Amino acid sequence: MGLDFAALAPSYPFILRGIWVTLQIVAVAAVLGFLFGVILSLMKIGRFTFLRWIADAYTSVFRGTPLVLQLMIIYFGLPQVLGIEIAPFVAAFSAFALNSAAYVSEIIRAGINAVDQGQKEAAQALGISYGEMMKDIILPQAMKNILPALMNEFITLTKESAIVTTIGVMDIMRRAYIVGGETFSYFEPLLFAGFIYYCLVMVLTVLGRLVERRLRQSD
Amino acid sequence: MIKAEHLHKSFGDNEVLSDITTTIEDGEVVTVIGPSGSGKSTYLRCLNLLETPTKGKIWIDDVEVTDPKSDIMKVRENIGMVFQHFHLFPHLTVRENITYAPMKVKGKSKAEANQIADRLLEQVGLSDKADAYPSRLSGGQKQRVAIARALAMEPTAMLFDEPTSALDPEMVKEVLDVMKSLADSGMTMIIVTHEMGFAREVADRVLFLDEGKLVEEASPVTFFENPKTERAQDFLSKIL
Repeated sequence: MGLDFAALAPSYPFILRGIWVTLQIVAVAAVLGFLFGVILSLMKIGRFTFLRWIADAYTSVFRGTPLVLQLMIIYFGLPQVLGIEIAPFVAAFSAFALNSAAYVSEIIRAGINAVDQGQKEAAQALGISYGEMMKDIILPQAMKNILPALMNEFITLTKESAIVTTIGVMDIMRRAYIVGGETFSYFEPLLFAGFIYYCLVMVLTVLGRLVERRLRQSD
Repeated sequence: MIKAEHLHKSFGDNEVLSDITTTIEDGEVVTVIGPSGSGKSTYLRCLNLLETPTKGKIWIDDVEVTDPKSDIMKVRENIGMVFQHFHLFPHLTVRENITYAPMKVKGKSKAEANQIADRLLEQVGLSDKADAYPSRLSGGQKQRVAIARALAMEPTAMLFDEPTSALDPEMVKEVLDVMKSLADSGMTMIIVTHEMGFAREVADRVLFLDEGKLVEEASPVTFFENPKTERAQDFLSKIL
């Protein structure tokens, strides 16, 4: 039997509405994960051993366990302990933000370490404080180096967000799956969902290149 | 006045500086020379505490800066430093490189800082490069910007760590000329250099270091024409 995308036509809007859901989760998780990742990376390179230890342990745990497990612990497990219900959307972006922060912190740490040591010395010799040096001298240079790796992380986040299906969030993936169940043909809606994810990733890739070009203006 | 007393510095088991005692007076121009690995740069970097001395004390004017209670940042504000590899901030324009520290550290307004930058860029002959990024400059131009950046903090003394060693030969003179006019203006300068002609012409005093020790200290004429120690004689015979 052949594929019948025309029969899927009435369901396109339903699946497409999932884009907004997916984007919301990814955007909130990316921003929170990035900010938290910056904090973790600063803890890792700072001089306080205790903070370094915490940040390393955090990264180790969140990189060492499956994302879907973290998601389920937050959504199904935590309410049992906290005694409050957590909305699927909140559980989704929390899990992704916490997980992404672990990866982002490693990317940023490597980026900071790759900045020439002389930059730090020049800043110190001018009497610039540690905080200002990080904010205005070191991090901007680190960001330029790590942008491709960071973009990669956002792309991964976009694709991996499909696992929120498992806690019932109505994202692109879940909608495609539901349509498949209703029409008894899974192939077309799933292919369509794949096409949407691919387009999202392409848009991200182009955005990344544009930002990279802007940052390269000082070269 | 910058005074070092019984300065020692070790990296692990490796003793790089051993019992160095020096006094640099205000307005004095001192060059530090010696074979590579003799500890010249480490000595210089100890003076503004980019390296923490293992033992010994450093005074800037009447303040003992090696005292843990002293404010290192305040010390560094008043001592400018120029590096072998310039270390300009690559993501900032020439003007921003110069104005950043006066604004952030000294709280100068943007207008004031820009005024300082304009004056210094004129002084080092690079007024037309104010809005360029460092990557567009030659080595000699970068080093002159680095000198202007350090001067923008209105330091009482300037440290130069082999400022011409990374330059193509034809660019050495433009940097040395800037330094010469700075010396003529009465700035206290401590210069680690391999430029013997310059050391001889500009310095009030020469410090000769070898294997981490201050082996000889003399006026340039005495040092270059009549070195007392065998090691200085040997060094000079190899390079002159």
